[in-house]
Amino acid sequence: MASISNALRRPTSTTGVWGWITTVDHKKIGIMYGISAFSFFLIGGLEAFIIRLQLARPEHALVSPEIYSQLFTMHALTMIFLGVMPLSAAFFNLVIPLMIGARDVAFPRLNALSLWVFILGALMFQSGWVFGGAPNAGWFAYAPLTSSTFSPGHGMDYYVLGLGILGVSSVAAALNFIVTIINMRAPGMTLMKMPVFVWMTLVTSVLLVTAFPVITVGLIELFLDRTFGFHFFNPAAGADPVLWQHLFWVFGHPEVYILILPAMGIVTEVLPTFSKKPLFGYPVIVLSGISIGFMGWAVWSHHMFTVGLGPIANSVFALTTMTIAVPTGVKIFNWIATMWGGNIELKTPMLYSIGFIFLFIIGGLSGVMHAIAPSDAQQQDTYFIVAHVHYVLFGGSMFAIMSGIHYWFPKASGRMLSESIGKVSFWLMFIGMNVTFFPMHFLGMDGMPRRQYTYDSSYGWDFWNLVATIGVFFLAAGIIAFVHNFFRSIRKGEVAGNDPWDARTLEWSMASPPPEYNFAVIPTVSSRDAFWEQKQTGTTIKENEGGTAYGEEGNHGIHMPSPSYWPLVVAIGLTISGNGLMYSFPAAGFGVFLTMVGIYAWSMEPATAPDNH
Amino acid sequence: MVFVGLFVAVMSGCTPEHPQSTFDSHGPVAEAQMGLFNLLTWIVSVVFILMTVGLLYTIFKFRARPDSKPPTQTHGNTKLEIAWTIIPIILLAAVAIPTVQTQFYIAAPPEGEDKLVVNVIAHQWWWEFDYPDLGVSTANEFHVPVGTNIEFNLESVDVLHSFWVPKLAGKMDIIPGKTTSMWFKADTVDADPSTPEKDSFYGQCAEFCGVAHSWMRFRVWVDEQDEFDAWVEHEKSLAQDPDTDLAEAGYKLFLTKGCVACHSINGRPDAVAVRGPNLTHFGSRGTLAAGIKPNDDMNLRAWLKDPNSLKTGTIMANEAAVYINPDLALTDSDLDGLVAYLRGLK
Repeated sequence: MASISNALRRPTSTTGVWGWITTVDHKKIGIMYGISAFSFFLIGGLEAFIIRLQLARPEHALVSPEIYSQLFTMHALTMIFLGVMPLSAAFFNLVIPLMIGARDVAFPRLNALSLWVFILGALMFQSGWVFGGAPNAGWFAYAPLTSSTFSPGHGMDYYVLGLGILGVSSVAAALNFIVTIINMRAPGMTLMKMPVFVWMTLVTSVLLVTAFPVITVGLIELFLDRTFGFHFFNPAAGADPVLWQHLFWVFGHPEVYILILPAMGIVTEVLPTFSKKPLFGYPVIVLSGISIGFMGWAVWSHHMFTVGLGPIANSVFALTTMTIAVPTGVKIFNWIATMWGGNIELKTPMLYSIGFIFLFIIGGLSGVMHAIAPSDAQQQDTYFIVAHVHYVLFGGSMFAIMSGIHYWFPKASGRMLSESIGKVSFWLMFIGMNVTFFPMHFLGMDGMPRRQYTYDSSYGWDFWNLVATIGVFFLAAGIIAFVHNFFRSIRKGEVAGNDPWDARTLEWSMASPPPEYNFAVIPTVSSRDAFWEQKQTGTTIKENEGGTAYGEEGNHGIHMPSPSYWPLVVAIGLTISGNGLMYSFPAAGFGVFLTMVGIYAWSMEPATAPDNH
Repeated sequence: MVFVGLFVAVMSGCTPEHPQSTFDSHGPVAEAQMGLFNLLTWIVSVVFILMTVGLLYTIFKFRARPDSKPPTQTHGNTKLEIAWTIIPIILLAAVAIPTVQTQFYIAAPPEGEDKLVVNVIAHQWWWEFDYPDLGVSTANEFHVPVGTNIEFNLESVDVLHSFWVPKLAGKMDIIPGKTTSMWFKADTVDADPSTPEKDSFYGQCAEFCGVAHSWMRFRVWVDEQDEFDAWVEHEKSLAQDPDTDLAEAGYKLFLTKGCVACHSINGRPDAVAVRGPNLTHFGSRGTLAAGIKPNDDMNLRAWLKDPNSLKTGTIMANEAAVYINPDLALTDSDLDGLVAYLRGLK
């Protein structure tokens, strides 16, 4: 039965379009993750831009309320699921194997599957704009507004099936990285010698694997309600719609840490490099990251302080939420202490990381204010929470991701991003961030609820809304400057060399961009900051010179996994079945069949083609 | 400099005279919530300044200079790390006590004090207010006596909503299939003493509930006890008869054009439906279309001519016969009559 695998001749090309499409190389997959996720980030930004133009002045009629509700729903979903999460995944792919001294991830073809399911699922998700309406009930989609009675049409089906398919991608990637990090570290790299970014990836991956099943249950129930008239969330049939809120936020709060922990990991790599000092309090940083991830499971009802769960439940969740401030504060103090006494170089990655700390302090403190359940009854569902969420997710996650892009761009491309354009983009984004989002605290306290498509002048919200909209232009200019920098530098940026930042971790020990097999000789690690240690003691990792690594010449060179079509076939099958569930059950059946064929052929196909030595 | 700028911005951002400003508390529930918020604002401001000063000082003091020596490779300091773990714990424990106290205080009106019960029934996109002990039912505007604890039982007939009067209390969600509750007490009758006339308190749905969510508003009038009693008596009275020929013609249209499929008018046996707001004393309300426009002839005419022009997506525009059946469409003279009749329902 291996004949199915042979139905398509095994791809051999590692260059050109098909080389990219069939690749299983973690670096190429990382780059494709990064570029596609950043493109979706730009789409989410465009949605936000239209939202701010609509709110620039009172009773503005730029978009209709129907379009507006799709815009704010899709903005959040796009930024979270198609922007920040896959951008983090891009860093996992690019950096993790290099940091732990591995030649690839544990399951290279599964990695390709994650990428293609993400790209095709994301395109399907966005296709709602073209076919019959995008999701429009807010990103947390509270029942029963999502039922077929109150949300007819296919908008909410794109939500259910889109998130379901994207979940496959996330869980597959997370399992892959858990196995990779546990099993494939270089000799000598004990858990407590791993770079913190690897630690945060591990914690994030565990959260993904455990949190996504919860939302998947909710999505399946909502799908059955909408498509087959089940009653999981239908109060008319006696259901309690608050069930959805619990299912959503039991997933949704760990999800918040899925968005921020990789960002914290990036910042924790950048700060020591540009301070020329080791991380201050490594064990405490690692432990606080783990405890943030763990406690993320005990706070979900702080999203539901006004649901009427009663004073006991509200008090308990207020207290658990406040305790999360402790490990978060510890991290910030340790970051500042890392810089203390160092030689701080304010290069662009460092500026973004310092910007992250400043903005995350604001977002963290407004988070503590939200944790105070009784007074949160005033701020809940107002622009105050919109300000908070953007300080932690834009000021937090996105600034750290920008830091990471500027930091690892030379490693991935072999060229440096322009420092001067980088600094311009940083200051534009930093100013824009604060001008846009700080006034939203005032709007919230002045009683402006979120998700209003317009407002009238008598409420006194005109001025700060206009200020916020002006800020968006700075943000847009900053993003445009960055995109320009990216395209300019990829062609004619200064050549980076192996180690442009005088950095500390193993990925800087090899050529930029790294050879396909990463390490000619798998390094032996004896301390944290392994590469820094090697530079200090003068021992270097052997570099390869020819096409094969001489360390393994006796074993016919290095065996790298061969490219494969099957992950893409499975991803196409899954996407067809998702669309089919909306429009045509036979098509869904065909999608499932294609998925099965793909999985079968994949499992019959050897990881490395026999003739590909 | 940055802090001065920030301080000025913060203070100017907190102008309390806006109709939904949470800084302008007019009752004990909102005051308790504001007190806690202010306490937190002070604490986080101090923490913010300390951390930011520490961050900026570190960056400036330890900037790489051409003559910098390689830094000492320190790995941590256990005492310091314990200190900055313990201090936040103490600070948070101090905040936790008033948090829990306030949480229980705002949960229900104090035992043993007089209270008035109001049932709030939320509809896409308007509000029904019933007084079960007084036999009064009204819509989109309601009255409460000053200085009395008001207990609200909140229900929804369709999707989630949230009941919020920022100057009187934080919000409480409304969930179909169950009853949630909250309470407040108003200490003053005037929401904005800076204007000569008495102002009502603004309220609004705070949970996204569909296309017209932005326009699901209401007003609360706080009365002295005798005013309130008079209002209750008036609300209990049956609807006024049309007093002009034009209003009489409007009343006939109200019966024949399908309005009675959704609206009731107490005292009119043909008009008893409860799907839309009760219109018995419509003319005495200050606003129309769920608190969004002043209730005057011009706005009412615009509303009846095309409800979507004031409030996109409203169910009346999508379902009422006069808007979906061209044969029943309202003519200009129909509108004159209906406006005269409805405005006369004082």
